[in-house]
Amino acid sequence: MSVRVVSAVRLVQQRSIVVLIALLVALAGLIEIIRPGAVNASWVSNILEFAAPLGILAAGQTLVVITGGIDLSVANVATAAAYIMASQAPYGVTRAIVAGLLVGVVVGLVNGVGVAVFRVQPLIMTLAMGLVVTGSLNVYSQAAIRSVPGVPAVIHALGSGTVLGYVPVSLFLWAPLAVLLILGLRGTGFGRLLYALGDNLEATRLAGVRAWQVLLANYAACGLLSAVAGLVLSGTVNAADLSLATVLLLPSVAAVVIGGTSIFGGSGSYSGTIVGALILTVLNSVLTLLDVPDAVKQVLYGAIIVILAAAYTRVLGHD
Amino acid sequence: MASTAVAEAPRPAGFRFGRAARRYGWTVAVYALLALLMVITIAIKPDYGSFEWNTLTLAALPLAFAAVAQTMVVLSGGIDLSVGPLMALANVLALRAMLGHDLNYSLVVALIVLLEVTLAGALNGAIIVVTRVPDIVITLATSFIWAGLALLVLAKPTPGIPLDFQNLAQGSTFSPWVPNALLVLLVIPLVWIPLRRSRAGLAIYAVGSDRNAAFRSGVNLGWSRLLAYAVCGFFAACGGLALSMTTGVGTPLAGTYYTLSGVSAIVLGGVSLAGGRGGMLGPVAAAYILSLIPAVLIYLGIDPNYGQMIQGVLIVIVVMIGGLGVVLRRA
Repeated sequence: MSVRVVSAVRLVQQRSIVVLIALLVALAGLIEIIRPGAVNASWVSNILEFAAPLGILAAGQTLVVITGGIDLSVANVATAAAYIMASQAPYGVTRAIVAGLLVGVVVGLVNGVGVAVFRVQPLIMTLAMGLVVTGSLNVYSQAAIRSVPGVPAVIHALGSGTVLGYVPVSLFLWAPLAVLLILGLRGTGFGRLLYALGDNLEATRLAGVRAWQVLLANYAACGLLSAVAGLVLSGTVNAADLSLATVLLLPSVAAVVIGGTSIFGGSGSYSGTIVGALILTVLNSVLTLLDVPDAVKQVLYGAIIVILAAAYTRVLGHD
Repeated sequence: MASTAVAEAPRPAGFRFGRAARRYGWTVAVYALLALLMVITIAIKPDYGSFEWNTLTLAALPLAFAAVAQTMVVLSGGIDLSVGPLMALANVLALRAMLGHDLNYSLVVALIVLLEVTLAGALNGAIIVVTRVPDIVITLATSFIWAGLALLVLAKPTPGIPLDFQNLAQGSTFSPWVPNALLVLLVIPLVWIPLRRSRAGLAIYAVGSDRNAAFRSGVNLGWSRLLAYAVCGFFAACGGLALSMTTGVGTPLAGTYYTLSGVSAIVLGGVSLAGGRGGMLGPVAAAYILSLIPAVLIYLGIDPNYGQMIQGVLIVIVVMIGGLGVVLRRA
């Protein structure tokens, strides 16, 4: 191998986000080849609009995965938050939004208590809480609601409005959140503690960190972000049904993994996850353009995630 | 952790109660819980008879296979989030090929489906071993693939599994209290007991309990994990066929429920998600418990929608008690 190749590999290893962005551009190029002229300002606007709910959902997932956990209840929480928000809408929009966000915080806190205090494996705790949330939501929908609730205009505007013709309104929520998370993870004590916990829980504990408090706050934050994602999503599709965000559970994990956050915890970043969410959204757009049946789309989607993850692991030498 | 492997070696004379309690305590507790639930059920519904028992065994059959399939992989230290879609795939493949044929033809189809889905499971394992990508990521991705294939085979739920094939699980050939659905479960020990006693089975436990130690003891990690995923695929195929027998319908979207409930069942059944610990008896009982809950709710006149919620709460409580035990022992 020549020196130049070696240094290229090293560059890739250190700046994996460059590769991801290159991949994103390549996918966009593919779309342009399939249908010349398809990649324009309104396409970009569309991609951002559809990536926003996934990106926010995957933000919570990133926080949890960095600590070495996983949250399988994010989609259930997002669905429940959106549904409860919509059902409370007749009593005032503020109350509705607060109720929706509260769902996220409460479920996140329960997850946190299970994982941090009772030391339940995150996979099981969040899986079970997902069942509890969905079960409760089913009961709630039968007991309290007579008709499918509508989405308030504010939320609809948040999820699918645009400013100046092309800039999605949701970007004004997503971008500050992203900046906050990227800087917060990198620069604050809380952010560094998340990496420390994911890298070595026992060592961090022995170093005097009250691990349970950090984890509890982290799961609550993940729940809150999931609820926000649910609200945005209900605005994007302008509906809140009982399976609203179910389809986003697996992509939320996939976006984190493609974005280079180790599933074992201790390393990763939200900027990677953002690109991961964008890649998945563009991928969806490619598959839609190819005009294949949903079933084939699903198979290709899965296959591409396998290939991406494998290539990624190979290049970066993760184990 | 390594005690599982050690226990296979000839034991010195004398029964050690502590170790037996640790090894079998949870399983015994799960069966006690099942028995308690049965007693409560009969107390609520005094005319509980063979019909209700038959219904329960039918409902629990696919879930029991889903749990056993997941157990296989978890014992080897992995996790398979594609168990449900694999079951759905087996289910729709069976419907597609059996439609309008007789029992003998159906049985041949069933064997082919078992082979195909076992291979699909092995493919999961092969990808994980070759790419070294974490199992949770790969099986998450392949769950899309299997679910998509299932939708390609059959676009929407379709009835039409031959009646004779359904009756393999639905009737009660010997006694009304020994429904066929209970007998079909015998597939599990028929495959599991020889496997567990073999070198390969021991290797699976070893890999699950300590990968480094297993490697240094000369265990072939790759093949052992691959085998676990293949056997998982086999049991998932059994689960899909069980679904065909118990419902008579091919349902391409059955997947998600069985992945999640299967994991719930193994946790309740005392299989450590850390790997290397647990057996098949606990998860099967747990599958019965999870299937009994909705029935009890119906007998009590409660909205069965509470079922999922109660299932979740039950798991949370059980794992919290388990976690508390660990915390207290450390303190």
